[in-house]
Amino acid sequence: MSILIDRNTTFIVQGITGREAVSLTRENLAYGSKIVGGVTPGRAGREVYGVPVYDCVRDIASKRKVDGAVVCVPPKFTRDAVFEAIENGIEIIVIVTERIPRLEVAQMVELAALRGARIIGPNCLGIITPDEVKMGGVGGPAADTKKAYSKGSVGIMSRSGGMTTEIANTLTAAGLGQSTAVSIGGDAVIGTSYAELMPLFEADPETKAIAIYSEPGGRMEAELAEWVKDNDSRLPIVAFMAGRFMDEMPGMRFGHAGTIVEGRADTTADKIERMQRSGISVAERIEEIPGLIQQKLAEVN
Amino acid sequence: MRFYEYESKALFKRHGLPVGEGGVATSADEAQSLAEKIGCPVVLKSQVLSGGRMKAGAVKFADTPEEAATLFDEIMPIIVNDQKARSVLVESKSPIAQEYYVGVTWDGRRKLPVLIFSDMGGIDIEEVAEKHPEHVSQTHISTLLPFTPRLAKEGIGATGVTGAALNRLTPIVAKLVEIFLEYNLTLAEINPLVRLEDGTFAVLDGHVDMEAEARDKHAALLAELGIGEEETRQARPPTEFEIAGAKVDAADHRGVAGNVVGFDGNLGLVIGAGGGSLTLFDAVRKHGGRPANYCEIGGNPSVTKTCELTKLVLSKPGVEKIAVMMNVVSNTRVDIVARGVIKGCVESGKDPATTIAIFRIPGSWEEEGFKILAKYGVEFCDRTVSMNEAAGRAVAKLQG
Repeated sequence: MSILIDRNTTFIVQGITGREAVSLTRENLAYGSKIVGGVTPGRAGREVYGVPVYDCVRDIASKRKVDGAVVCVPPKFTRDAVFEAIENGIEIIVIVTERIPRLEVAQMVELAALRGARIIGPNCLGIITPDEVKMGGVGGPAADTKKAYSKGSVGIMSRSGGMTTEIANTLTAAGLGQSTAVSIGGDAVIGTSYAELMPLFEADPETKAIAIYSEPGGRMEAELAEWVKDNDSRLPIVAFMAGRFMDEMPGMRFGHAGTIVEGRADTTADKIERMQRSGISVAERIEEIPGLIQQKLAEVN
Repeated sequence: MRFYEYESKALFKRHGLPVGEGGVATSADEAQSLAEKIGCPVVLKSQVLSGGRMKAGAVKFADTPEEAATLFDEIMPIIVNDQKARSVLVESKSPIAQEYYVGVTWDGRRKLPVLIFSDMGGIDIEEVAEKHPEHVSQTHISTLLPFTPRLAKEGIGATGVTGAALNRLTPIVAKLVEIFLEYNLTLAEINPLVRLEDGTFAVLDGHVDMEAEARDKHAALLAELGIGEEETRQARPPTEFEIAGAKVDAADHRGVAGNVVGFDGNLGLVIGAGGGSLTLFDAVRKHGGRPANYCEIGGNPSVTKTCELTKLVLSKPGVEKIAVMMNVVSNTRVDIVARGVIKGCVESGKDPATTIAIFRIPGSWEEEGFKILAKYGVEFCDRTVSMNEAAGRAVAKLQG
């Protein structure tokens, strides 16, 4: 089992003829993903690695079942593309694009909530269920993805796309495979937060533990800590907190758009404290994550 | 990007909010003539991109135009939280009956804008929220439904305000929400919004932050306000080194090699990507290293771009060696980064083998990259060496 996507998931790539989307399509297909179509207005009739291109999402969604969409269109056109996916009944939407103004992100998220769709991202590398499917740029070329990711029982949630793979690689090296890894995005407003993914992992019998990559800025870690407490989660969680140097540099933006220290709740110190109080272990180094997970799993058993 | 108070007020005024009469002075003479024009008493406020002006003594009151001139000279040199004053805002001072707080910002958890209103303005809103929660209301704003003033009314009314004050406040608060939505702001704040003794309302202090992502969209407004494209408006002004870094990044649209921030250490960093850079910067410091800079590479930058960034970091006074490190990469090609940093060393007249303390970028095209590094005698490591360990090796080389 897994969360969000599995080997049967079908999806389209919006903006499929763009440079990055073309390589994403190639890499996803090579990993075994079922990409059933692509959309670029005015390019209907073409193919990208055998994937048929359409002008509109409707042109494919009216013909066959499409579970998901990866959105790789420039920031100016992203809202329109996401609205199009949602209004055509697509339920899981990965937004790769970065630098989208947050008002537009909020509009997409609000519409998705109304229609029962889920958005991952923006500014993310997508989702991977190892050895089955990936949706987005996570892990890069299929051969590299296979080196870093392996099937298993640790769920990953990360505000950094690159660190999603770094953590998976560390887990794999220690013999801990992953159920599903989600690059949730680095912006201040994102479609799905840690706490919103937790019920899914909680309900997945395959998932036995969670690894998290976290950063300064926002209230997402506080929200997670509350969720874990309120729901008496069965899952041991180990978090890694980057950007500790930023605590001393309020008002400066580093790394991602959502990564800035404005108030005390944005600092790593505050987040670490909240997470620890709710029973989440915080690793000092990435390489400590597997050991901490194994230790916590041993305690559970 | 933060606006100065006078810019925030200019934006408010454009939209009909009740901003008091005033002007910006850049000399004591100007302050004096403004005070004459407006009529005393006046308030003089340092224009800095920071809070805490009152505490720092950068806000003063003058009863005569001559006093305004004297106070200008006192205020201008005051540094508030490391920020220099750009000018002094001179405004009329009127007797106040009541202070309110109005702010619109983003609630990342609810993923919606939130209007915060309090009938206890003038002080730190977080403190009010803690001590007098019944005097602070939070009203979330839909981004899909058209905004109408009833949300402002509800927010104001929730703190117990009623009568003429409610009816006079509602259009002001509603307008602030509209400004927030129209200009892609991350903060629009009036603190305090005051009721004067004559019953009218006035914006005493305003604070606006615009999302960097929306700058292009609002280029006309920014030009009108005189905000230059080169102004980053972060917590502190950029250094020459940082401006040069932004140029390197802007010169070529492929990938990122930028977000350079200067520090005063001796270990130059060519690191990536977003999250990886944060992790690596922490790791270097944890090992006792002193980074000369922060930066980010990612999204597969060209050889030239990586080369130029390397040269910039190497040119920074005090930099002895560089560490080239990233998390396991997905899209960025290891061989292209390897070529770029080696070229950067060579073009700076330095031997890559002794200049690059460590190269730790595993991932796509690593075999090709490692071949190039081996040829130039650069120490590199693969994914079996953690980011933390690689950072430790780089620091040890500088200390040894």
